[in-house]
Amino acid sequence: MMAYQKSYEEINEKIKRGEAVVVTAEEVIGIVEEKGVAQAAREIDVVTTGTFGPMCSSGAFINFGHSKPRIKMKKVWLNGVEAYSGIAAVDAYIGAGQLPENDPENKVFPGRFTYGGGHVIHDLVARKEIRLEAIAYGTDCYPNKQVDTVITLDDINEAFIFNPRNAYQNYNCAINLGDRTLYTYMGILKPRIGNASYSTSGQLSPLLNDPHYRTIGIGTKIFLGGGVGYVAWNGTQHHPNVLRGDNGVPMVTAGTLAVIGDLKQMDPNWLVGLSYIGYGATMAVGIGIPIPILDEEMLLYTAVKDEDIYCPIVDFYEGYPYSKPIDLGFANFKELKSGRIDINGKSVVTTSQSSYPRARQIAAILKEWIKKGDFELTRPVAPLPSADANIDFKSIPERKTNGNGFSGRNRRD
Amino acid sequence: MKNKLVCYFSAAQSEQPIVYRLIKNYDLIINILKADINPQKEGYLVIEVEGERDKYEEGVGFLKSLGVIVDPLSETIIWDEAICIQCGACASFCPTEALVIERDSMLVSFENSKCVVCGMCLDCCPTRAIKLHFEIKEAV
Repeated sequence: MMAYQKSYEEINEKIKRGEAVVVTAEEVIGIVEEKGVAQAAREIDVVTTGTFGPMCSSGAFINFGHSKPRIKMKKVWLNGVEAYSGIAAVDAYIGAGQLPENDPENKVFPGRFTYGGGHVIHDLVARKEIRLEAIAYGTDCYPNKQVDTVITLDDINEAFIFNPRNAYQNYNCAINLGDRTLYTYMGILKPRIGNASYSTSGQLSPLLNDPHYRTIGIGTKIFLGGGVGYVAWNGTQHHPNVLRGDNGVPMVTAGTLAVIGDLKQMDPNWLVGLSYIGYGATMAVGIGIPIPILDEEMLLYTAVKDEDIYCPIVDFYEGYPYSKPIDLGFANFKELKSGRIDINGKSVVTTSQSSYPRARQIAAILKEWIKKGDFELTRPVAPLPSADANIDFKSIPERKTNGNGFSGRNRRD
Repeated sequence: MKNKLVCYFSAAQSEQPIVYRLIKNYDLIINILKADINPQKEGYLVIEVEGERDKYEEGVGFLKSLGVIVDPLSETIIWDEAICIQCGACASFCPTEALVIERDSMLVSFENSKCVVCGMCLDCCPTRAIKLHFEIKEAV
């Protein structure tokens, strides 16, 4: 008997007619248990996923429009937070992790990091007034040397999110083997394995539901920050050729996505500035990806359960910061979500950084969009490198500069 | 001994260097946590006072002799549900289970009556949805 198959076109036809059967990555689990894989694969057209958590590698490109006279911005600040302006005259990129010029950082440890680029993006989307300051050296074509004004998202030409690394496929569970409290991007880690911090939406997470990137690829249309976005590329540190379980799900950090989307149609509920004490500022990003049930294999992937997902336990006292290999085994996502896991015979309380209720909401919103016929599925225009890739995970080499020959200024003499 | 106090004062009292006197004359360590003075120069001062017991009592007596109303500080934790993103990071730090995660929904909730105002949640909330609230009466 030939295995049942559905095409993108057939699924989109059903979406257009308002007849598509769409379920979330949580709901699909029960349906498969009840009806079996063969029948469920015939009935279900789309499974929606979701994740909402801190994603530091995020930011937005902005074109401010010109001042009168025109300006070629050398440096630009939004609410005192610098945006990168080494591109065209009034273009800039505001990064989620950027801090205000005068931030006290960790000078009094642990620092508070009350405001940063992620908060600026949140305030922009919330249509709040933002102070725009820029300086320039002045040219014949761009004479203006200074701008100091107030803008809102509606005053600028384009603003689009471009996040170089989001939606990490699996993530470390962080603990602290040391004897002092650690303040990390995984939150506060209490000494002597006082807690275990994790950050993924598990069975709802986009890339854990399509572990080999069969349907999620370049061009895939997604829920991004409450609006519509697209997968632009594989994310930075995309490392698909790693240890995987029998179900194909990576057991360590693996794939990542670079995503893009129009900030102007997004929602401040789904792009939220965060402050991690002792670490810095960042932003929680909401992402949801629909997965077409092309065949039984795709259905099986989307039916993955929390208990089938494992992540490595990593020490953040020495193991992570100094890249010391310390084998602490794996944590199971169902146990992490229960509030306690067992590490070396000790029952350890778990701390979540990624919002499971919000991930669930995103999957539900995306499901409604598709059911209403507002959101069709996209066949990737090119695939992401997958488990058969041969990607090396590189570090910065340590080499001597020998003092000269590397200055761009010298080369132009 | 160490205590947190709210001092309510009138315009005449706000002209006086009260904190200076507490430090200079009574050898007390004063940490100003919050202060607010309205345009009529009435207001309040929230201070943490630390020192020898007899000096502490003399210092408080001095404040009262000036007509300053001195109350022990009442603090509460406010959980702002509208700002909370339900990440759950706070719950594992709460020693009294005032902040808890309901495990089926994974939703965070806060029960004020269980809270002992230890303040652990203030540091670990990345959205700063949890705030320390000083209960201050209308200025006297």
